[in-house]
Formats: sequence, C-alpha cells, structure tokens
Amino acid sequence: MAAASDLTRTEVGLFERLRNNRNFLGLLFMLPAGVLLLVFLTYPLFLGVWLGLTDVKVGRPGRFIGLENYFWLFEDSVFWLSVFNTFLYTVVASIIKFVLGLWLAMILNNHIPFKAFIRAIVLMPFIVPTVLSALAFWWIYDSQDSVISWILIEMGLIDTTIDFLGQPNSARASVIAANIWRGIPFVAITLLAGLQTIPPSLHEAATIDGATDWQRFRHITFPLLTPIIAVVMTFSVLFTFTDFQLIWVMTRGGPINATHLMATLSYQRAIVGGSLGEGAAIATAMIPFLLSAILFSYFGLQRRKWQQGGRDD
Amino acid sequence: MTSFTRRDVLKASAAATVGAVAATPAMLHAARAWAADNQWTPEKGASLRLLRWKRFVQSEEEAFLATIDAFTKATGVQVRIDSEGFEDLRPKAAVAANIGSGPDIIWGIHADAHLYPDAMMDVSDVCEYLGGKYGGWYPAAETYGIRDGKWINLPVTISGNLINYRKSMVQKAGFDGIPESTEDFLKLMQNLKANGTPGSFALGNASGDGNAWTHWIVWSHGGQVVDKDNNVVLNSPETVAGLEYVKQLGETFAPGAASWLDGHNNKAFLQGDCSVTNNGISIYAAAVREGMTDIAEDMDHAFYPVGPAGKPTELHVCFPMMPYKHTKYPNAVKALLTFLMEKDQYDAFLQGSVGYLSHPLRAFKDHPVWTEDPKRTVFRDVAERTLTFSGDGSLGYAASSVFADFIVVNMVAEAATGAKSPKDAAADAHRRAERYYNV
Repeated sequence: MAAASDLTRTEVGLFERLRNNRNFLGLLFMLPAGVLLLVFLTYPLFLGVWLGLTDVKVGRPGRFIGLENYFWLFEDSVFWLSVFNTFLYTVVASIIKFVLGLWLAMILNNHIPFKAFIRAIVLMPFIVPTVLSALAFWWIYDSQDSVISWILIEMGLIDTTIDFLGQPNSARASVIAANIWRGIPFVAITLLAGLQTIPPSLHEAATIDGATDWQRFRHITFPLLTPIIAVVMTFSVLFTFTDFQLIWVMTRGGPINATHLMATLSYQRAIVGGSLGEGAAIATAMIPFLLSAILFSYFGLQRRKWQQGGRDD
Repeated sequence: MTSFTRRDVLKASAAATVGAVAATPAMLHAARAWAADNQWTPEKGASLRLLRWKRFVQSEEEAFLATIDAFTKATGVQVRIDSEGFEDLRPKAAVAANIGSGPDIIWGIHADAHLYPDAMMDVSDVCEYLGGKYGGWYPAAETYGIRDGKWINLPVTISGNLINYRKSMVQKAGFDGIPESTEDFLKLMQNLKANGTPGSFALGNASGDGNAWTHWIVWSHGGQVVDKDNNVVLNSPETVAGLEYVKQLGETFAPGAASWLDGHNNKAFLQGDCSVTNNGISIYAAAVREGMTDIAEDMDHAFYPVGPAGKPTELHVCFPMMPYKHTKYPNAVKALLTFLMEKDQYDAFLQGSVGYLSHPLRAFKDHPVWTEDPKRTVFRDVAERTLTFSGDGSLGYAASSVFADFIVVNMVAEAATGAKSPKDAAADAHRRAERYYNV
C-alpha cells in the first residue's frame, strides 16, 4: 500500500500538481471575472479617457488634440452649470436619502404588523424601471395636469398650476425630489440589513443601564452601523452623481440647461450632437469627483481596522 | 421632426414588431410593369437591408411595407426592414458609415449623409431621373441631397411643422386667422393672453418643435448662425432684434412653456389649454382619431408669419434615404430607391402619411391628400418653403452639432424667459456656435 502511494507521488504530472496548487487555482478561478472586468470595464474606461483627448466625431475617426476639449469646457458656461447642478443634485439628494432612509430603516426594524409585506412595498420605487418612474414624475410635474397642482387647487390653497419644471430652481428641486423618491428604498433596505446585525443584547444592556433612546442610537446603533453606512452612501453617491435617465426623460436638461447633469450633457454632446471627443471629456471629468467620493468613504468613514483588512482590537 | 404624443409613442412601440403587409394585386401589376422597364436591373440573388425610423402613423408604415412587398415580388430582391427610434438610428447610421458594413440603406433624418459623404453611394443618376420625370426637386431637397455636385442621398420626404391654432380663440382675439406678419402675430398673442386663452411654444430642449419655431424667430428677423462661408455671424443686430421680439412674445405664453418638450404642446392643445402653437399635423390627426371633434373642427394650420426678413423662414425636417457605398448590390439599391419614388408607390405613401409627410418633387403637388381635407393643405407646401437647418451655411458636422446642442433653442429660451438679456444671449450662443465651426 505504502509502495503504491510512493509510486503515484512520483508519477504526478504538471497538470496534477497545478490542479492541487491553491495559488494557481485561485488565479484560474479569478480569470473569467478578470477578463470580464478588463474587457467590459477597464478597456471602455481607458478608451473613454483617450477619446476625451481627441476630436473624434460619431462616424469619423479623430486625431489627438491633447487637452483642447478640457480647455474649451473650462470656458464653457454650460459645462460649469452642469457641474454645479451635478453637485447640488448629488449632495442634496444623498443627504436627504440618507436621513429618510435611515429613519425608514429604523421604523421597519421594529415589530410592526405585516412586516414582510411592508418591507416589500418599500422596495417598489427601486424595482420600477427608472424610465417608468421618470415618466410618472413627468406627469406629476406636468405644467397643466399635475396631480399636485390639482389637489392644491381643489383644496383652495393655490389659484394657478405650479410650474414645476419651467423655472430653473423649481425644476432642480423637482428632479431632486424624484431622485430621492427613487433612491430611498436602496438606502433603507440596506441599512435595515445592517440594523438587524446589531445584537439586541447591547440594547438590552444599555436599557438596563438607563440609556435613553437617543443615547442608544448615538452610542450603539450608529457606531455599529457605520460600516454599512459607508458602503451604502458610497453607492448612493455614485448612483446619484451619474444619474441620467430621470433627467433625460423629464427635462432633457432644460429649462435652459438648468437641470443638465454632467452625464446628460455628455450624452447630448457625444451621442445626439455627435461630438464624441467632447462628450468623453465631460464623462472623464466626472472621474476625479467619483474617485474622491470613493476614497472619502473608504478612508474617512471606514475607520475601524478590520474594514481595512486588519483585526479589530 | 413631427412631435408625437405619449400615446403615439406607446402605440408605436406596442406595434414595433409588425408583420409583413402584402401588396394588393393592383400594386403587384404596376410593380411588374415598372420592373420590366427599370433601367437599374438588380444583381442576381440580391438582397437588401433597410433600416428606417419608427413610423408616426400606422397607415404610412403599412403603405411602405406593401410597397416593399410589391418590389420583392416584382424583382425577386428580398428586403429586410428594421426600424429604430431616431436617437438610436443616428449613431447606428454613423457606425455603419465608419466601419463600412451594416444596412444597405438607412432612412434617416436631417443631413446625416453630409457627415460622412465618402461612405455614401453616388445616386445622381437616380435623383436626376426622378427630378426630370416629376417636375424637379424643391431647392431644399437639392440642398439636402447634393454634396459637391453629386447626389449622396435621396430626400424622400419633408415633414412639416407649422402653426396650429384654435379658430374661435383667434377670432375672439380680433384676427381672422394667423396674421402674415410677425408684428401682427405678437398682437394676436398678446390679445390671446389678455383673453385668458394664451398660446405657447416649447422652450425646453424639444428637438422637433423647439428647433422649428426658434429658428423661425432668428431667421424671420434676418439673423443667421453662419454666413454662406460658414463664418459665425449669430451675434448680429438682426438676431438681437429677433430676441427682443421673442422677449415680448414669451410674456404671452402660458406658464410651463419653459419646460415643454416635444409632446407637451400636443397635450395642452388637445386639452384646450393652448390656443396657438407650432407642431406637425399630429395634433389634428390625434383629435380626429380620438373623436375630439370640437377641437378637430375648431382648429386649423397656418404658415409661420413673415418677419422683417421679408420672406418665409420656416424649418421643416427632411427624412432622406442614405444609400451606403458598402452595399454589395448597388443596382438593387438604385432600383429600390427609384421604385419608392415612382408615382404609383409615392402616391400610396403620401396617402398613407395623411399630411405628416410631404413630397420633395413638384409633380406631387396635385395629390388629392392635400385637398381632400382642407386643413392639410398648408402642409403641401412645406418642402417648397423650408430652409435647411444650416441656414445660409453648408450642411456638415458643425451645422449638425450646433443644431443638436440646442444652441438656437437655448438662446431663444434665455431671451424669452428673461433669463438673459437678448444681447447676452446672442453673445453667448455666438461663442458656443464658434466652437463648432472653428475646428
């Protein structure tokens, strides 16, 4: 028996050894994902950055023009307006989504009747395709047939319909509200998952020690939730910053570019207008902002060692 | 572009997968007779792929498919038809030009063939034959069709975008119809506002209606984006005069027009909330189709008023067929293009288009579709009256980009809403236009 096993050991070929090599297998199993990332994410990303340095048009190869697109955008008031809009949109919508989402998550974390059903309902805005919800909001904000205007008029609170999307500031507020409606479920459900990982014993101990509700939230719930909050808010900020569909369906960036985000302006210039190079430059200009948002959340919010690969003390 | 209502869009997408529509025996007979005389005999075993825009009206698409069916049966050339919305169609047309492969013919919009003229087949023989046979092409059709002395695409049809108005409301405001001068038109709009029945034009980024009426504002006052040598001349006293005019005009609009996209004015008009606007024939068609007889009977169409420039300055949209050089069957392409434009087939196309689309060849002026309903009649002349969107300049990248980037729309909207003074709006738009022209 022993002789036989010695024999097999000597006969083990390269293939057999590789098959049992954990490092090799690890690489092998990661390969498909790696190829997918490379082909569908890395390549387009670098292609986009490259296109931003050329004057390529739809249907016509471009030539390298260095940073000319960026110099032009730097002087383009519409571009800066879209940067302002994007920041306003992202900051305001993300903060409100976070506050309302956390609040909703805490409510849902309590024992309430029909818990599963209500949790499913809460997800609705997230499930509905964005274009459909954008169309619904398009009607809600209609300059003649808005249901909000109608209700307020019927209640005798206002005389004329509200011009939701016709004035720059009200248009901005309206699209932000639509984004918040759509984004809350993601924040709420993910934070709810986080809340459920908090051991009830901590709360019980705190209650016995006489902690108030606010103290328990401040010193137990919130600290234990920060890792989830960091991830959720990173994603939420990224989704909001790169939002396209809501704006494109409701306003196309109007009135007078008041709701153009960088993503919609990029699409308008690149695909509709055919200036692929300039559109790519606008899209590339989003990358530093997105990177800093990610870095902030990773190094700013995830302060505990285990979140950065170490062990908690 | 004719604007369509949400309902049209839903209907169109619901019926996106249309079955083949068979040609009638009479059509087949005519097609076979035509095929016998056809000077462009299709290559043996030829088959074609044609990509077109999604239809506005079902009857147009049915007439088109029946015509294609007759062509296939008469010539043996199989034709595969695909359709796409405009926003997807245009990048696809560009990619096909870029890589030299894809559909043999794309039925597109505007002057896209002028963006990649080298990818287009020379169809001068077809277009000259058709022009000779059918009374000649209208000037705008020639501008769209010809580049450097060669026909590089065939301007199949022009879609009209005109003033739509409620007769009773306009009469109450003291006018018999839409006045012929911009000056009187402003008075009409002011009276309408005073009567509580305002008219409105889309000020949002509405690619069809928005572009149509804002270009009219600039052109009617003698303004131009570029001169005939493609020098940007937008910031001119004429443009500023147009913007001063639109500032007054904008004060008469109903609230909300600043947010209007292509579909909004259709809806507001059909609800009785808008007395005057600009649109294709789709509002009227919808009113007739949905049985809204009070609106259908009380509305009519009119040409845009003429301004200080002293001549009609309208912008209607061209839908050309772009024949690609990469086709393996150039004769089959030429045969199909010719066949579509020949009287038997084109008559059916016009009839099916019920006024949405009009003819670029003079001989079709007498088609009964234009007179059987008098409310369609003004749309008969749109190909004759239209300017090209490049204005005095030439068609190409810069003109297309300026158009797609809503530079004129935004300039007019800024002045109309008071967001900027006319002078500032013109200066800023001038700068933006220069960027595209000075490459």
